Amino acid sequence: MRLEPRETQSAAMTLAYPVGAIATTLVIASILVMLAGASPFNVFWLVLKGAAGSQFALIETLTRATPLIFTGLAVAVAFRARLWNIGAEAQLYIGAVITVVLGTGALPLPSAILIPVLTASVLLGGALVLLGPAFLKIQFGVDEVVTTLLLNFIVLLFVSMLLEGALKDPMGLGWPQSKRVIAEAQLPRLIQGKRLHFGFILALASAMITWFIMKKSTLGYEMRAVGHNPQAAAFAGIPVNRVLIKTALLSGGLASLAGYSEVAGLKGNLTLDLSPGYGYTGIVVAMLAMLNPAGVVAAAIFVAGIFVGADAMSRATNVPSYIAEVMVATALLTMVTAIMLSRYRIKWR
Amino acid sequence: MEAFEILLNASFWVAAIRIASPLIFATMGELISERAGVLNLGIEGIMTVGAFVGWFTVYAGGGLWFGVCAAALAGAAFGLLHGFLTVPLGLSQHVTGIGITLLATSLTYFSYRLLLPEVTSPPKIEAFAPFAIPVLSDIPLIGPALFAQTPLTYLAFITVGIVAWGLYRTPAGLAVRVVGENPAAVEAQGISVTLIRMAAVATGSALMAIGGAFLTMSAFNSFFFEMINGRGWICIALVVFGSWRPGKALLGAILFAAFDAYQIRLQQVAGDLVPYQVFLMLPYILSILALIAVARRATYPKALMIPYQKGER
Repeated sequence: MRLEPRETQSAAMTLAYPVGAIATTLVIASILVMLAGASPFNVFWLVLKGAAGSQFALIETLTRATPLIFTGLAVAVAFRARLWNIGAEAQLYIGAVITVVLGTGALPLPSAILIPVLTASVLLGGALVLLGPAFLKIQFGVDEVVTTLLLNFIVLLFVSMLLEGALKDPMGLGWPQSKRVIAEAQLPRLIQGKRLHFGFILALASAMITWFIMKKSTLGYEMRAVGHNPQAAAFAGIPVNRVLIKTALLSGGLASLAGYSEVAGLKGNLTLDLSPGYGYTGIVVAMLAMLNPAGVVAAAIFVAGIFVGADAMSRATNVPSYIAEVMVATALLTMVTAIMLSRYRIKWR
Repeated sequence: MEAFEILLNASFWVAAIRIASPLIFATMGELISERAGVLNLGIEGIMTVGAFVGWFTVYAGGGLWFGVCAAALAGAAFGLLHGFLTVPLGLSQHVTGIGITLLATSLTYFSYRLLLPEVTSPPKIEAFAPFAIPVLSDIPLIGPALFAQTPLTYLAFITVGIVAWGLYRTPAGLAVRVVGENPAAVEAQGISVTLIRMAAVATGSALMAIGGAFLTMSAFNSFFFEMINGRGWICIALVVFGSWRPGKALLGAILFAAFDAYQIRLQQVAGDLVPYQVFLMLPYILSILALIAVARRATYPKALMIPYQKGER
């Protein structure tokens, strides 16, 4: 068997393959659901209802999508330039650390100044976290996949150390948690009394800015060129290393905003379970969106819907909520396969 | 002074070899796969699967060695999936590998919750017991470390020998090595690149799964979430550190494990002065430093991460 590039790509085909990917994912999930002794239709209905069946469900889904938009954008930007940033988790936590270091009273400023200052500091911190692996890649040829993955573990231990030391809340009854951010640092809620917060708007704005950078700016063009073929890009006079550094700064910064928005918008303080793997899920979100910043928003809401819906579903049935993680991982694999099949034709010879 | 005395303690070396064992299995698995030109980032998830399947098989009444085989088969199945997506379909090895890790891990956790819905703490099994080889295990210092371990540890060392012999002394090993350097040359000999690569990824994944099973069947005797804890990623670093050679990779794994065992003991000596998290961080930092040290002279298999298409240059 071999693969041949398709000469033409009809609109129907570009639509049919992703739909096929989702269908395959649902079939695999159905098998698992039946193994758990439940009816797939009932389970999927409960997931859908839990994700979008009420105002509460919708708000919960959008709230859960917020950090995923940030990490999804971070991964989309990096992967576009073939900078394999698997460390969004670490960058997220550094963003959260900076938020509580500066936002719990160290800077007594009014909201209108404090929030922009925090945003800028967090962006800078996250950018610096990814600068390390990018530098090692450029300078020594160290694979950034391994360094960013290992940094996730190092940063999580670092956060654990801070939460039991310098950043520990003295009123926290011994729990490893930070103090709460001051009122001026909090991102306002979008609807009074609901969990959806200003971080969601920030995420949408980030997606728009990222879309603009990727599609309309010289940097975006250079990133795509480097991702497509670094040798050719260098030959065309594109400063490959400088583009990679800029990509790393942008990607790291975006991921760290997830930590900022979770702490300042939702949780109020930093704990070790701030992120249930948002950094890794960001990879799925970015791939489902085919690395398109606008698609990231839709993909993040879709993935968040599965998680929120599955949580609600598992409370009503005996299907473990881990079905959500399985579905998301399956969707990733079926989607990359579908994208490939829409571009290539398989010849059995 | 105390910090140095740790090294003269036989129990330290016993621990070092025990910590090294799962890393040796998984590193050999990743090495075979990468020598054939396929990066397998599914390693972390495949180790999780192996840890669960091996342990659960025994818990459900199977024998210990049967459990090891079941783990290997489960690992090979995920390896075949990774191989199918990356070799004939030529998908990105990075993205697919991460996908395999996410899928394998989530399927494991799903199965755990499904198969053991009622348990609050993971049940224990009768794990592999240490088996002291007569005479040899009486050698001071290294005797207990090398010759009074569980059978799975011995198997880890035997695996290194088999992998080294297989890669350098057999036609199949030659094919694997060339497929990772110059696949067109293998195809020209009438051997299928796809077949060799798929076989290498599946075999490698079986070894990774046994590495995972070591944790639940030899090092400990039960399964808990997140127990792989980055060991798979460490093994990716060890393969680079060992410049894709089984012997060097073995040395790297033992050095790493010795360091890990040392850091655990140092925590007890110097734990009041430095937060324990610093010690736990050290192995990961060491891995990054080791990568920097060898990066300049690392010679990657030339076709690593490059999908092969018949008739294409």
